[in-house]
Amino acid sequence: MDLALFYFLVLGFAIFMYVLLDGFDLGIGILYPWFNQDDERDHLMRSISHVWDGNETWLVFGGVVLFAAFPAAYAGITSTFYLPIMLMLFALIFRGVAFEYRFKSDTSRPYWDVAFSAGSAIAAFCQGMLLGSLVQGVPTDVDSLSSLHWLTPFSILTGFSVMAGYALLAACYLFMKSRGRIQAHSAKLAKRLLLITILAMVIVSLWTVASQVDIRQRWFSGLNFLWLSPLPIITLVVAVLAWKDLHHHSIGENHHEGRPFWYAATLFLLGFAGLVVGLFPYLIPRQLTFMDAASPDSSLLFLLPGICIFVPLICAYTFWGYRVFAGKVEDYQEGY
Amino acid sequence: MDLDVAILSRIQFAFTVSFHIIFPSITIGLATLIAIWEGLWLKTHNPYYLQLAKFWIKPFAITFGMGVVSGIVLSYEFGTNFSKFSEITGAVLGPLMAYEVLTAFFMEAGFLGVMLFGWQRVGRKLHFFSTLVVMTGTWISAFWIIAANSWMQTPTGYKIINGKFEVESWMEVIFNPSMPYRLTHMVVASLITATFVVAGISAYYLLKKKNIPFAKKGLSMCMWFALVLTPLQAWIGDMHGLNVQEHQPTKLAAMEGIWPAEEANVPLLLFAMPNMKTESNDYEVGIPNLGSLILTHSWDGAVQGLKAVPPEDRPNVPLVFWSFRVMVGIGFGMMGIAVLALLLRRKGRLFENKPFLALVTLFTPMGVIAVLAGWYVVEIGRQPWIVYNLVRTSEIVSPLPPERVLFTLIMFVIIYSLLIGVYLYFMRKLIKKGPPSMAALEQQLIGMKAPGYALAWVKTLQHKELQTNEPQSNESQNKAQGDK
Repeated sequence: MDLALFYFLVLGFAIFMYVLLDGFDLGIGILYPWFNQDDERDHLMRSISHVWDGNETWLVFGGVVLFAAFPAAYAGITSTFYLPIMLMLFALIFRGVAFEYRFKSDTSRPYWDVAFSAGSAIAAFCQGMLLGSLVQGVPTDVDSLSSLHWLTPFSILTGFSVMAGYALLAACYLFMKSRGRIQAHSAKLAKRLLLITILAMVIVSLWTVASQVDIRQRWFSGLNFLWLSPLPIITLVVAVLAWKDLHHHSIGENHHEGRPFWYAATLFLLGFAGLVVGLFPYLIPRQLTFMDAASPDSSLLFLLPGICIFVPLICAYTFWGYRVFAGKVEDYQEGY
Repeated sequence: MDLDVAILSRIQFAFTVSFHIIFPSITIGLATLIAIWEGLWLKTHNPYYLQLAKFWIKPFAITFGMGVVSGIVLSYEFGTNFSKFSEITGAVLGPLMAYEVLTAFFMEAGFLGVMLFGWQRVGRKLHFFSTLVVMTGTWISAFWIIAANSWMQTPTGYKIINGKFEVESWMEVIFNPSMPYRLTHMVVASLITATFVVAGISAYYLLKKKNIPFAKKGLSMCMWFALVLTPLQAWIGDMHGLNVQEHQPTKLAAMEGIWPAEEANVPLLLFAMPNMKTESNDYEVGIPNLGSLILTHSWDGAVQGLKAVPPEDRPNVPLVFWSFRVMVGIGFGMMGIAVLALLLRRKGRLFENKPFLALVTLFTPMGVIAVLAGWYVVEIGRQPWIVYNLVRTSEIVSPLPPERVLFTLIMFVIIYSLLIGVYLYFMRKLIKKGPPSMAALEQQLIGMKAPGYALAWVKTLQHKELQTNEPQSNESQNKAQGDK
């Protein structure tokens, strides 16, 4: 297989893992205001305090894969989106330290609650905005570093959409990791968020095909739509299944507490696939393909064994880490 | 006012990297100490080792957390502020950083959850294994980062094609001429830093007459470590210096304040104010020929001075000169404390001598200061080059609007000042709270998953506690430690 294509897939995998894993833990922060009591917020925080660090590592991994395999794209994207990236980093700093300090605080706890919640929400919003402005394309003129091209109605919409999606993942995660009141509340929130997320996916998709000629052609020219139609259809089917599980819970019939989370993850996978279909083979749409941005073979070959050995290993021990803390949050209430 | 985006970006990077380096330089060493204590506890069942591990894991966790959040910033700043740099060196530095994330970052993050929260979820051996993995992760992380940094100092194994670096030999890139010295110097530095953090807090407890057996154990162990590590560090530092002289003579000249293009009979300057305008030192006080002896290991050896290169190729001499003296001064101070501890120990007054305890307490943050000073020598000394003798720092900055960089710089200063305040506040809180009591450790039933273990462990604990309550056995314990 072509080396550059392999790294394109690795990059896609890293981004997807990040969106899925940090997605649900950023989502916990977004849902925070909907859980009021101190012990409920404790529960939320505890449910992710042992995994958030590992989840965020996928963001760093995505960054360094881009840096190592496609330096030109890394340089282009990070400098063009200077402000939204910096804002995202500031937000991630606040939410990251909140994990350490919230449990050790007495009087300052409300501040850490705000830091965690606002940090998570802003980080998610910035990521959505980045995604939206990438889809719209980066202006080729020299001013791209100084203009505010990433702040458009479309990118604001994608910002909120990503927030909704992350919150959905989080609600489904909580549904799996809790009992009683918190579980019932998460099911209710998850149902609402499912509707919002699907609505957002529809609007973003329609807006994209309406405004981006090349993506429209990719989807609708010839028989393409026939080949690609499973994507939207499966998306709807999965959404309905998730709804059913969540709804059955509220009338006391559901025993599949983990299933909605996997449905939500599948929704993300499908949305992500739709995006890649539209943009392939570009890293910076209409400007830089992954072939053009690729590092020389000497670098790609050097990193190859590392990826092949360590990525499966990382997945294995990450899975083990989740297994150690399997079950409901109440069952491992302890600090260190 | 005219703002220069290059200067602003450099200040921002210097500020964020200085902030970041504080935390890994503590955690690399502290993870190692925690692993040693946990291992000793498993072997000897002496509950004080467990108490040490369980207490220090808390400062470790908040320090590690600070390191993580400030490190993520750095991994993106290469691109955001220095887009040209990441474009031309991406093929060399990118894979090194990617290997760091693959072989270290993920491992630390993956096992940290178990190390911190898993005491009752996994058996004690598996827990110890997790601690070891986290420790190894911090070392491997240092390995790759230092490899990347050293390559920028002493680049080898590359060719330049169309203005971009490509790798000819990865072995030469990773094990570049300065890398082994830099890596050992840094790892030992962080072991010493953590050693003095633990020693300082233990001495503080002894001064306040709190947590006495716990503090004695901590101080005693750390003074043994310091006695071994500080002379070792001086030796490594000397070899590192020779290596700098060979590969980066201009940097060495700045460290020593040597101006003539070539100078024999170099004095060792104790005090001087290097003056970049007059190209000489003001108020020079030095020991004749000692500089030559240290630098060339011969009495009248000659070295290259600053005037051998044009002024625009010289770093900021006073900064490098003084940072170097701060680092070395602290290093010798630490060595002095270790020797003093040995003398006091022989007189049996290690835990009673108040001025000594106060001095050790004062040295709690000195390791961090020395590490920072050391990095200023390394990084400022390399200027004006970003890749030594190949790429100038001024050529690789992203052409951003200066106000934008100024805005983020101000944000970083505000946020990081807030964070360091919060960090110190919570450290103080943890230290005031002190280690978990033996009763608390007992209740936690460490290693619940190993059946039958917990009961037996509580019995040993009670037995030990009885023993340590008698003053005589306390002494025999100290002796046993001395034998180690």
